[in-house]
Amino acid sequence: MSSILPLSLRKVSLSRGGKRILGPIDFELGGRGLSVVIGPNGAGKSTLLRLMHGLERPSEGALAWAVPLKNARKAQAFVFQSPVMLRRSLVENLAFPLRLSGRPRTEAAKVAMDWAARLGLSGQGDQPAWQLSRGERQKLALARALITEPEILFLDEPTASLDGHATREIEALLGVARDRGMRIVLATHDMGQARRLADEVVFLLGGSLHETGPAKAFFHGPQTAAAAAFLRGDIVT
Amino acid sequence: MMQRLLLILALLLPNAAFGETLRMAVTTSFANSGLAEELPPAIAEDLGIDVQLVIVGTGQALRLGAAGDVDAVLTHAPQAEMAFVAVGHALRRVEIMANDFVLIGPAGDPAGISDATSAAAAFAAIESVRAPFVSRGDDSGTHIAEMALWEAAGLVPQGGWYRPVGAGMGAALNIAAAMDAYILSDRATWLSFSNPEGLVMLFAGDPVLFNQYTYMAVNPAKGPHIRADAAARLEAWLGGPRAHDLITGFTVAGETVFFIAPSNPLREPATEP
Amino acid sequence: METILDAFWQAGRLIVAADPALIAITLLSLRVTLTAVVIAALIGMPLGAFLAVKRFRWRRSIIAVLNGLMGLPPVVVGLFLYLMLSRMGPLGALGLLFSPSAMIIAQVIIITPIIASLSYQAFRELWAEYRDLLLSLRATRSQQIATLIWDGRRALLTIGLTGFGRAIGEVGAIIIVGGNIEGVTRVLTTAITLETARGDFALALALGIILLMLAIGLSLALHTLARTEREGRW
Repeated sequence: MSSILPLSLRKVSLSRGGKRILGPIDFELGGRGLSVVIGPNGAGKSTLLRLMHGLERPSEGALAWAVPLKNARKAQAFVFQSPVMLRRSLVENLAFPLRLSGRPRTEAAKVAMDWAARLGLSGQGDQPAWQLSRGERQKLALARALITEPEILFLDEPTASLDGHATREIEALLGVARDRGMRIVLATHDMGQARRLADEVVFLLGGSLHETGPAKAFFHGPQTAAAAAFLRGDIVT
Repeated sequence: MMQRLLLILALLLPNAAFGETLRMAVTTSFANSGLAEELPPAIAEDLGIDVQLVIVGTGQALRLGAAGDVDAVLTHAPQAEMAFVAVGHALRRVEIMANDFVLIGPAGDPAGISDATSAAAAFAAIESVRAPFVSRGDDSGTHIAEMALWEAAGLVPQGGWYRPVGAGMGAALNIAAAMDAYILSDRATWLSFSNPEGLVMLFAGDPVLFNQYTYMAVNPAKGPHIRADAAARLEAWLGGPRAHDLITGFTVAGETVFFIAPSNPLREPATEP
Repeated sequence: METILDAFWQAGRLIVAADPALIAITLLSLRVTLTAVVIAALIGMPLGAFLAVKRFRWRRSIIAVLNGLMGLPPVVVGLFLYLMLSRMGPLGALGLLFSPSAMIIAQVIIITPIIASLSYQAFRELWAEYRDLLLSLRATRSQQIATLIWDGRRALLTIGLTGFGRAIGEVGAIIIVGGNIEGVTRVLTTAITLETARGDFALALALGIILLMLAIGLSLALHTLARTEREGRW
C-alpha cells in the first residue's frame, strides 16, 4: 500500500463566529519520525491537529493527503488530552476500533487481550474502563489508537495531567511506535517532553506557523526571536 | 434479552377466536344494566354467533353503524334512528324492548317532585326552585330523552343549577351523588348503580318516560365485510321467545326492568319491521 | 374509606382466585403494551440517536415537534386513528378497527414521541462525550447510532419503562379504537373505566391496584436483570 504522506496544507485557516483562530497555514507534513507541535496556550496546537485529522473542517484553504481522502481516513489515529472512555470494559474499549472495521468478535477480543497484556493491565481486562486510574486510562486510549496500526498518529497533550510514572510509560510506547516507522505528531506544552521526543519541531504562535525545523537545530539555535524567547521561558504573544 | 422478550410476547398471544362473530354497538345504559351480560351467551348457544359488544354513546353508536364499522346497533333514540334509516344506513328499525327513565334526586327532595302528577310537572318543579340538576350532555339516548322532556314541559334549562357533564350514565350518577343533584336515569342503571350515597328514586311511571330500545342491522350495501346474515339471524332471534323470556325475566335488585313495550305517546310510531 | 379498603380486599381476592377473566384482561394489557413499547422503542430510540448525531436542516423543527407530540391528548389520537381505520377511512380495508392491533398502533403513536424525545436527551449527553472518539475512529453513521444505543442501554431501559408506564395506564385512545369488547379488546384500563361508569368503585380500584402492581413488578424485574448484567460485566 502506498503511503498517505505527505500531507499538505494550502492556505488553511479556521474561523469561528467571524474570528480567525488559526491560519492561514502553508505546511507540508512528510518525512519520518516524531514531530512536536509547541507554542504558548491559545497558539492553535489542538486546532491544527484536529484540522489535520479531519475533526474540524477548514474555513478556507485545503488539505490534501498523498492518496484520496477516503483511503487516508482510516490510516490515522488520534489521542485526546482527556481520554474518552466508552462505558465498557477495558478489553471492549481496546477491541472497539477493530470491531468498527469489521474484524470478527473473537479475533478482536484476542488482539485486545494481547494489548492489555502489553500495557500490563491483563488482570483488569473485564473492569469498566472508567474505574481505571488516570494514567491507565490514557495508556488504554493510546493502545486503542495504536491497535489499528495507523500510519500516522496524532496526540493532543496526552500527558498533560499525568504523573511522571505514567508519562514515562506513554513516552516509551510512543518511542516503540516511532521505531517501528509510525509517523507521530504530538502537541505538548511540556518542553522537557518536546526535547526528549522530537525529531522535528513545529512552533505555533498566535494561530500561525512561526518556525519549523529539525529538533536539534531548533532547540540549539532557533531562527526567530519569538522562538528563542519562548525557549527561554518568556511569555510570548 | 431479546429472545426472552420474544418468548414473553409469544406467550401473550391470544387464542384465535373461532365461529361467526358479529359486532354490535350498544349504548352505555344498556351495557351498564347487566342484561348485556345475559344475552350474548344465549345468542352463542342458539345461533353460534359470538356477539362482540362495542359500548359507546348513542351518537357514537350511530356513527359506527353509518361507517359500517359495526354490523348492528342497539340504541334508544327514536328520532335519530329514523333519520338513520331514512338515509339508508339501515333498512329498518326493530323495536326490541323498553325500560323506563326515572327521576333520581336527593332524599330531601327540595323541589318536591315525588308528589308530581307528571314528568313535565316534576321538571317544572326542579326548574322553579333551581335545584341542581345533572344532565348527561353527551347526545346519548338518555340525554336526547331528557331534552325532549324539558321541551314537553315548555322549558329551556339554563343557569348554574343545570350541569351538563358530558359523561356516561354511571359517571353522571356518580357526579349527581356527589352534588346531591337531580338526574334522569334509566331504571336499570339506577338499580344496578352501587354508589347512590344520598340519592333516591323520586319519580317514575309517566308513560312519556318509556325508553324504547331498537335494533337495527346495518345496511349490507355498505360492503362485504358487513355480516348481514348473522345480523339478520340475530334480528329474528331478538324478536323470538327465548329473547322475550330473558328480557322480561331479567331483574336488578329483585325488580323487573325491561319489558316488551307498548308504543310511546311521545314518539312517532315505529316503521314496519 | 370503606370503598378503598374493600378495593384492596377485592384485589387480593381476585389475584388469589386467579380469576380467568382477570387473567385474560391482564395478559391482553401486557401483550398490547409490551408490543407497543417494543415497536415504539425500535422507532424512537434510533430516531433519538440520529437526531443527536446528525446535523441537518429540519433537525430543530423535528425535535420541537416531538416535544409537542409528547403532550398529545390520547383521545385525539384515538379519534384520529378511528377515522383512519374506520371502514369509511383510508385504511378501512385492513379491518383493524376494534382489534388489539388497533390498540397497539394507538399506543405506539402515543409513546413513540416520548421515547424518541427522552432518548434524544440521553443521547445528546452521551454524544457530547463520544463524538470526538467516534469521528476519529471513522465510525459510520449507523455505527455511531449503534454505539450510542448500546452504551446508553441503561438509560434506555428507564426510558422504555417510562413508555410502558404511560401506555399501560392509557385509556382514552384505546377505548375508541379497541371498543372495550369483552374477551377481545378489554384491557385493565378500559375495564376500570367500565366499572367506574357502573359505579362499582371498589372493583375499579381493585383493577387499578393490579395495574399498578404490574407496572411496579415489571420495573423491578428489569432493574434486577440490569443489575445482574452489571455485576457480571462491570
